[in-house]
Parts: sequence; C-alpha cells; structure tokens
Amino acid sequence: MFETLTEKLDNIFKKLRGRGRLDEEQVNEALREIRMALLEADVNFKVVKDFIEDVRKKAVGQEILDSIAPGQQVVKIVYDRLVELMGGTTSFIRFGNRIPAPIMLVGLQGSGKTTTAIKLALHLAKQQKRVAVTSVDVYRPAAREQLIQLGRSSGVYVVEVEGGQDPVGMSERAVFEARRRGYEVLILDTAGRLHIDNDMMEELKRIKDAIHPAEILFVADAMTGQEAVNVAARFDELLAIDGVIMTKLDGDARGGAALSLRAVIDKPIKFVGVGEKTDALEVFHPERMASRILGMGDIVSLVEKAQAHVDEKKARELEQKIRKQEFTLEDYREQLLQIRKMGSLRELLGMIPGFGRIKAMGNLDLDERELVKITAIIDSMTRKERLNYHIIDGERRRRIAKGSGTTVQDVNRVLRSYEELRKMMKKLSTKEGKKALKRHKFPF
Amino acid sequence: MNFLKGDLIGKFKKGLAKTREILFTDLDELIFGQKEIDEKSFEELEEALIRADIGPSFTEGILKQLKDKKQTGPLSELIKIRMKEILSPRECPLIIPDHIVPFVVMVVGVNGTGKTTTIGKLAYGFKEQGLSVLLVAADTFRAAAIEQLIEWGNRAKAPVIRQKANADPAAVVFDGLNSALASHTRVVLIDTAGRLHTKVNLMEELKKIKRVISKVVPGAPHEVLLVMDATTGQNGLAQAKMFHEAIGVTGIALTKLDGTAKGGILVRIAYELSIPIRFIGVGEDIDDLKPFSAEDFVEALFTKPGES
Ligand SMILES: Nc1nc2c(ncn2[C@@H]2O[C@H](COP(=O)(O)OP(=O)(O)O)[C@@H](O)[C@H]2O)c(=O)[nH]1
Ligand SMILES: [Mg+2]
Repeated sequence: MFETLTEKLDNIFKKLRGRGRLDEEQVNEALREIRMALLEADVNFKVVKDFIEDVRKKAVGQEILDSIAPGQQVVKIVYDRLVELMGGTTSFIRFGNRIPAPIMLVGLQGSGKTTTAIKLALHLAKQQKRVAVTSVDVYRPAAREQLIQLGRSSGVYVVEVEGGQDPVGMSERAVFEARRRGYEVLILDTAGRLHIDNDMMEELKRIKDAIHPAEILFVADAMTGQEAVNVAARFDELLAIDGVIMTKLDGDARGGAALSLRAVIDKPIKFVGVGEKTDALEVFHPERMASRILGMGDIVSLVEKAQAHVDEKKARELEQKIRKQEFTLEDYREQLLQIRKMGSLRELLGMIPGFGRIKAMGNLDLDERELVKITAIIDSMTRKERLNYHIIDGERRRRIAKGSGTTVQDVNRVLRSYEELRKMMKKLSTKEGKKALKRHKFPF
Repeated sequence: MNFLKGDLIGKFKKGLAKTREILFTDLDELIFGQKEIDEKSFEELEEALIRADIGPSFTEGILKQLKDKKQTGPLSELIKIRMKEILSPRECPLIIPDHIVPFVVMVVGVNGTGKTTTIGKLAYGFKEQGLSVLLVAADTFRAAAIEQLIEWGNRAKAPVIRQKANADPAAVVFDGLNSALASHTRVVLIDTAGRLHTKVNLMEELKKIKRVISKVVPGAPHEVLLVMDATTGQNGLAQAKMFHEAIGVTGIALTKLDGTAKGGILVRIAYELSIPIRFIGVGEDIDDLKPFSAEDFVEALFTKPGES
C-alpha cells in the first residue's frame, strides 16, 4: 500500500509522541526516509546529498529538539527548504528593448518545445503582446509543418522563412520578417538536440550570437531522471539560459528534476506545461512542486482551482459533504458539471494529499463525451435512487440505461466510478484525512 | 533479425567518450576499482546505480541481496552478474515468422519518446530483411504527425496509409490493415499518438484501436511495442506498468541511449514485469536501431564516462 512520506515520518516519530522529545537518531532515520523519497522523485543524487546535509543541520538544532510534533516539524523544515530552493521564481519574461524580442526555446529531443512555443505565444498574447512564432528545426521530419499547423489552429502567426537548411540564417530572417510585420515578440522553436552533440550545440550558440535573444528558455520534461542536471548544466554553460519551462506535469511524475535544475543551474522555473491543449501552461508554484516531490498532494492548488471556477458556497458545501460522507449521485452530477469548467476530477483529486497515486482514480478521468453520458444517466434516475444508490438493482439499471439511451454497462460503469469516488472521500473524512487536509491548508 | 549489431558498443562508447569533459566525476572512478565488498564500496556502488536511474529502493534491494549472499570478489563484477541475471531473460529479439501475414506491430508510448522515429527505423530494418512493410498513420492528433510518418515512409521506401488530421485513429487502422491484407504485406507498423499513461480516456482509445486490429486481422496485433525514452527517471516504471495493464505490452524499445542517460529504469522494469526488451535507439538516423543485448546494456551501464 502506498504510504505518504508524512505517514512514514509520523510512524518514525510515533514512539516518542508521549515524551515530546526528539533525538538525533530519529532525525537520522527520518532523513533516510526523506532521502529515499527525494531520490524516488528523481531529484539528482548529489543534490539530495547536499539537501539532506542542509536539513540535518537545521533539524538537529534546538528548534526541533523542543518541539511537540517532531514528525511534522521535520517535514515542515524539508518542505520549507524545498520551497525556498525552488522559489524566488518569477514567470516574468524580459523583453528587452529590441523589437521584436526574440525568445529562444531549447532542449533535448521530445521535451515538448514545439507545443510550448504555441502555449507561450498564447500566454504572452493575453498580455496584449503581438507575438509570432517560427521554427528553425530543419532536422526532424515535419517539425516546421507541425508548428505551422499548430499556429493555424490556434491563431498564432507563424513566420515561415523560405529557402534553407541553415537555422542561423533562418533565425535572422525570421526576426527581420517579424519586425517588418510589426510583431513585438518572436518565439523561436529550435530542433531538439543532445547536450553532448557539439556541432548541434555550437549551432545554438551561433543562433544566439546572430539574433541576441531577449530570453533563452530551456524546455525540460518533468519525467527526466538523474541526467537532468548534466543536460541543463551543459545548455546553460554554453548559452547562459534565462529560465526553465517544465513540461508534461499533467502526468504522475514527481518531477524531482525541477529541484535538481534549480540547484544546479540556479535559474528560475518560469512555467509548467500541464496538458496537450494550447492553454495548458501555468505559472510555476514552488509550494506545489515541493508537495508533489514529497508525494504529499497539492491542496493549495485544489483550493485555488476550486475558488477560481466554483462558486465558493458550493465548494464549502461539498467539503462538508465529503467530511460527513454524504456525497450522493446528485452531488456527483453537480460536480461533473463543475468539472467541465475546471479540468478533470482526477487532476483535482490528485491534488489531495495521499490521493496523488491511487490507481482507482484512473477511472475518474473523463472526457467531454463521457461527461454528457454520465449526466444523462444520472438524470434518468429517480430522486430516490440518486440519494441512495444501493437500491439501484438490475431492473432499475436496465430502466436507467433505456431512459438515457445508454447501455447497462455504461450505467454500471458510472455507478462504479461513483462508488470509487465515495470510497476515496471516505478515506478523506477519516481522522488521518482530516489531519492531512488541515495540515496542508495552513501549511502544517 | 538482422539489424546489424555492428558497432553497438562502439556507438555507446562514442557517446560516452563525448561526455568526458562534461560529467567526469571521481566517484565513477572509484566504482570501477576492484575492491572487496565493504561498507564504503557499497556506498559508491549505490551512487552509481542510482545515478543510472535504477532507482533508490530497487538499488537498496539489489545491494541487500548481494550483501546477504556474502559473496566476495570485485563488487563491480558481482553487480554486473546480478544485472545480467535480471536482464537476460528479457533479451528476446522480435522475429517475424513466415506464417503470420501480415505481422502487425502497434507502437505506443508517452509523448515524445520516439515512436514515429522508431517506426521509420523499423521499417528500414524489415525492408533490409526483404520484407514488405506498410506504415499506418494512426496518430491523427498531434499536428503534422502524419507528415512526419510520411517522410519516414519515403526514407524507408514503405507506403503509408493515412487519412486526414483528426480522423478516428481506429478508422485509419481499419483502412491500413485491409490494405495490407489486399496487398499481402508482410509487416504492418502502426503509429499511435503519444499519451500519458495516466489519461484514462486516451488509454481507452488505445484499447479500442487494439480491438479494431484484432477484428480485421484475427490474432493481431502480434506485437505491442512500448517506446520509452532512456532519459526517463522513475516514472518509467509507472509508464510500463500502466501501458501493460491497459493493452498488454509485448515488447519494449528504449530510445535515446546515444545521450548520457543510461536508462537504468529498464532494469527495474525487467525485474518487475516480464516484458521482452526488443530494441534500443542510439541516434536519429534510419539505421540507429539495434537489437537489445543484456550483456552490452549492462556493460554500458557500468562504463565509466570517457572509457573507450
Ligand atoms: N538522440 C536520439 N533522438 C531520438 C531517438 N529516437 C527519437 N529521437 C528524437 O526524439 C524526438 C521525438 O521523436 P518522435 O519519433 O517524434 O517521438 P513520438 O512523439 O514518440 O513519435 C525527435 O526529435 C526524434 O528525432 C534516439 O534514439 N536518439
Ligand atoms: Mg509520433
């Protein structure tokens, strides 16, 4: 069974709850767990080593020795330190004073540069900038075509430079063309390359020297393992990058690379990519990343997200229902309607501590069509059924299927996922769950 | 399979040699010194394994096994033997039997791991073996994915069955397989859109594609090839598990081993899941796909940067 770091640490410190004192040996034991958690989250080996030493110094200090809840105290020290290390970030992009301001995206193959180029363009366009994009990837088949198509479908202007296999000259001409057309920002999508491919790295340097980008952003895949630091360090050494964009954070990778990159190149993580859609780019939040790396869910985001899209009163009602385990199919339907505005239920639940990795949650990731179907199914139930799903037997299922134009299997599926959801909520409403909720709302 | 095994080690070593200036560390040095097992060398070994993305808990487990066995001898040798024990049973080349026509390969994986590129390389490899190959562009989602596959089709001289962008991938597959049946094509390679293993609706879509495949060609797909990126850390295990659970993966290809990442997560996957490991990708050229060899993989895992 999956155990969160907090649970593990609580176990270590359980023995001394009564006495309320903490000795060095226990701190060491706790730090071993923390070390494992960080490594499991793909934080770089050396970064972890330094980090643990740093925390040890703080933890074995007075502050902790006198504390009453040592488990939480240690986690708090770790968490605060993580936030501190990854923080001080800003999603601010410097445009400089040249028009257009060239922004260069660089990174390994397949890290997500092209999609990010469009996302960033749309993000900056929201700030009233006139933004164009261009691709100087002459290597990967159909790479330029990909950007052109994405630009077309999302309404971002793509500068297409004719003639050539020379990314340096193409970059210069793209800047010229963007200026001529009155664009204020030009985002350059470069070909993915290995940090050890000297010729290809040299090419980036030449592009940089030719167009003097206002910013060079390194695009990194959140799933990257231990090598993240060597890769980023090499790009930084050669190009002096200005910041990082982490992609694919909508998956279940713990994203330790974020901390590693920060520790090694000391450049801010400016944005994170959280989906394939062109608006799935978010500002980086060190607190969320810290919770994620520690496997503690992300209650802060949950609350924020809910606040942004859901009527606050309803959200509070839901929270009450979750706590009291009174979540009915009617509430489920209500929730589904909200979700369409909010992103997936799974994503939402993933933010709740301890639920981040529960597999059953898989069944809750729904697409639009599914949502319509489920709503139809719940609509076809009687109110009595909605308030007490236990009475929905085979006969009733057949009727509901007919009424909603679906199949009995569909009805079964809806009931199953509802049951799973209830089960999870039940967990949340236990003492542990409540504690976790409380802890995270007012950090610890 | 006659993907030329050629200079596999050479390729690796060339990549590694390039890293000399970049990531040389004294610790790597120590690991390869010949030492009896003691606490200190255990620590060094632990570091080397973790840095190869083998994972902390798995590393701990393996080291504990070694310790318990109380074997003596050069530590690096013992651990290599253990790794090979784990990986060797997974070394099963992909063989196209004469009696299965068409032999249908469905290629899956998360975004950007190298699926399309691997298909291009596979097409080339099979053609080199004298087999007819058909590519199916069932990634109708990502912009210009179809054009990318067409370009690989041109390079490998293999026809590509396609529909327009955003078409139903299952429909494209249906078309492709029927066309393969009509033309008695030996091998069909199906490209699918990248997807995160956590997105249930997208995994459902894969199941649907698979169902359509087996409807048109009973017994197919004969291979469900999961393409993974060697740069991936511990999340690789979740990827393998969840793709496997959803559609039953029958083979793994590990790409981008020409970089500096060692792809150690593969050891953990090999230990926990019995999925054959078929290929490794070592570059972006059409002939940069090699059959997986446990022996070579483990050697490369332990090759000190700069050693060649
Ligand atoms: N260096 C290197 N790059 C690779 C390898 N395989 C694929 N790539 C690159 O990775 C990127 C993504 O590949 P692609 O086939 O489009 O991935 P897909 O999204 O999974 O289809 C492209 O830039 C490829 O050239 C490999 O073995 N080594
Ligand atoms: Mg592809």
